[in-house]
Amino acid sequence: MPNTEHETIGFAGPDRLGHFGPYGGTFVGETLIAAVEELAAVYEEVSKDPEFWAEYDRDLKYYVGRPSPLYFAERLTEAAGGARIYLKREDLNHTGAHKVNNTIGQALLAKRMGKTRIIAETGAGQHGVASATVAARLGLECYVYMGAEDIQRQAPNVYRMKLLGAHVVAVESGSRTLKDAMNEALRDWATNVDSTYYIIGTVAGPHPYPQLVRDFQCIIGREAREQSLEQLGKLPDALVACVGGGSNAIGLFHPFLNDAGVAMYGVEAGGDGIETGRHAAPLSAGVPGVLHGNRTYLMTDAGGQIMETHSVSAGLDYPGVGPEHAWLKDLKRVNYVDATDTEALEAFHKLTRLEGIIPALESSHAVAYALKLAATMTAEESIIINLSGRGDKDIQTVAKLEGLTL
Amino acid sequence: MNRIRVVSAAAAESGRKLLIPYVVAGDPNLDTTLRLMHKLVEEGADIIELGIPFSDPSSDGPVIQLGVERSLAVGTTLTAVLDLVTQFRARDAKTPIVLMGYLNPVEIMGYEQFVERASLAGVDGVLIVDLPPNEATEFKTLLDSREIDTIFLVAPTTTDKRAAQIAASCSGYLYYVSLKGVTGAALLDTASVRQNIEKLRRLTDLPIVIGFGIKDAESARSMGELADGVIIGSALVERVAKLSPANEISEEQLAEVTTVIATAREALDCL
Ligand SMILES: Cc1ncc(COP(=O)(O)O)c(C=O)c1O
Repeated sequence: MPNTEHETIGFAGPDRLGHFGPYGGTFVGETLIAAVEELAAVYEEVSKDPEFWAEYDRDLKYYVGRPSPLYFAERLTEAAGGARIYLKREDLNHTGAHKVNNTIGQALLAKRMGKTRIIAETGAGQHGVASATVAARLGLECYVYMGAEDIQRQAPNVYRMKLLGAHVVAVESGSRTLKDAMNEALRDWATNVDSTYYIIGTVAGPHPYPQLVRDFQCIIGREAREQSLEQLGKLPDALVACVGGGSNAIGLFHPFLNDAGVAMYGVEAGGDGIETGRHAAPLSAGVPGVLHGNRTYLMTDAGGQIMETHSVSAGLDYPGVGPEHAWLKDLKRVNYVDATDTEALEAFHKLTRLEGIIPALESSHAVAYALKLAATMTAEESIIINLSGRGDKDIQTVAKLEGLTL
Repeated sequence: MNRIRVVSAAAAESGRKLLIPYVVAGDPNLDTTLRLMHKLVEEGADIIELGIPFSDPSSDGPVIQLGVERSLAVGTTLTAVLDLVTQFRARDAKTPIVLMGYLNPVEIMGYEQFVERASLAGVDGVLIVDLPPNEATEFKTLLDSREIDTIFLVAPTTTDKRAAQIAASCSGYLYYVSLKGVTGAALLDTASVRQNIEKLRRLTDLPIVIGFGIKDAESARSMGELADGVIIGSALVERVAKLSPANEISEEQLAEVTTVIATAREALDCL
């Protein structure tokens, strides 16, 4: 059951209309309003239904392979020279990332609502793969929208989706990346609203998505909290997670929000460096605006056009961020920082060589920041990094950056 | 008095159906849009919907998306769109202008600034596609204070209860979306449109106009029969796409673009 703990949290949200303070809400065309209202109503009912959550827990245990371990990274800790570093191993989940926690939950919603067709948007392809996976398992038709640019740089995942029986639709409009894929998915949804369930892959979109995706990802933080008490005998001093749309980060952070002693760091994609303008860091360098159904921090120009983003990792290449993060930033409960492409790549190699774990480029951003942070802390303190995914999908990108072709 | 009220009252009086073309401001450039607007009025447009270009038009189909991309490619901003209205007003003090677009450019300019500038420019109505009534309270209060209409959409998926709330918040005219989908789609289901319009009639005295999927004289006639007017967007933008902005655009070329409006006018006037 996701909601019991929210009641006691001073950071409880959203309100009934999906607002996290001034952020969130429902900013979509009228055709979709009935669909999001229906989803909100079904979700409200479901969040009180123990049977639903029992099925979700069973799927996570026997299909996804949860709980994921909390692993003490001894050599990484030594290399950083400070706090003890633990990795929450979401990379070990079936399909290789945290994304599946959410698609398992939303697939159960789709089933309950009697939908026969699933659509999804994807950037790195991890969410697309996780959606195609649950669709295959439930025998549902699946369409995944993906920017033409991302199809190029994430070819292995495109093929995985096709193997799973999904239709991968190349999106050629706008900047041909994740945000455009989301536009196209919204258009599909408006057109096929009766038959179709839209699985949004992160804590963005109109209400109730930021809430329900968070609830499905909170399994990460609940496990991590329990595992800390068990393995460390206490809570960690800091949590670090990368932030694209923000689902793996909120999943880790949320169950700890009331633990005042736990500092939190959301790491955005610094790209070539915040000062160059070529990045994907709306919380670090953006302003509040409205995109894809919610009000949040965005990368937008002075005229209100959404700007193109840049990151070495396709999964962080998004100009917005979940509205709850916008709120947690304003409340100063979470620190939002960034790691550049170069720093992320260094961390990618470091973790691979020191621990024998190849991280996703997205997760490498969290590793990069955590290494810096650990060095400023003592050996008695500890950090949990959310290792949101594994890097198999990225080896071609990394090889190419090093001038190799595989 | 607000121009939309003047025009729709006169139309109701004389039994004329409202014909409302939609164009993207700045497609292919602002000078052409200005000429096009005057031409549309000549051909029988009663109100003009002027699209504010936005990088992420998630309620629009491919035709309008491309129009928006053409407009953004020449650097059209919201400020420039407001200036365009000012220029239009220098020659036409009567035809109502409705700005249609997405929220972010307005939000970034700031609601107060936007409303003040829109009012000075001579804007009569505003339709923000991704701003539903319950999120629009503050914006609508500001628009009301300047007598600018806030127009909302009703879709085939809108519940009866919600339609009543929308009708209560809406001013100017009520925009009925004829189909499930994005702009430019074409699967009109006359029977269901008729039924929904009849329901809306009981909720409001505002003119009810139908948009999405109206592309020629025939669809204008069949939809015009059911409502107080029709909106033609994609069919017009598709023709604008054929203009080449590199060359001087002749009067004949403009007339070719607007034939779809001229023929729709004729069809509506036969009703
Ligand atoms: C492994 C991995 N981590 C992180 C992300 C970023 O998404 P979010 O910020 O929603 O966790 C992605 C997105 O594709 C991903 O694949």
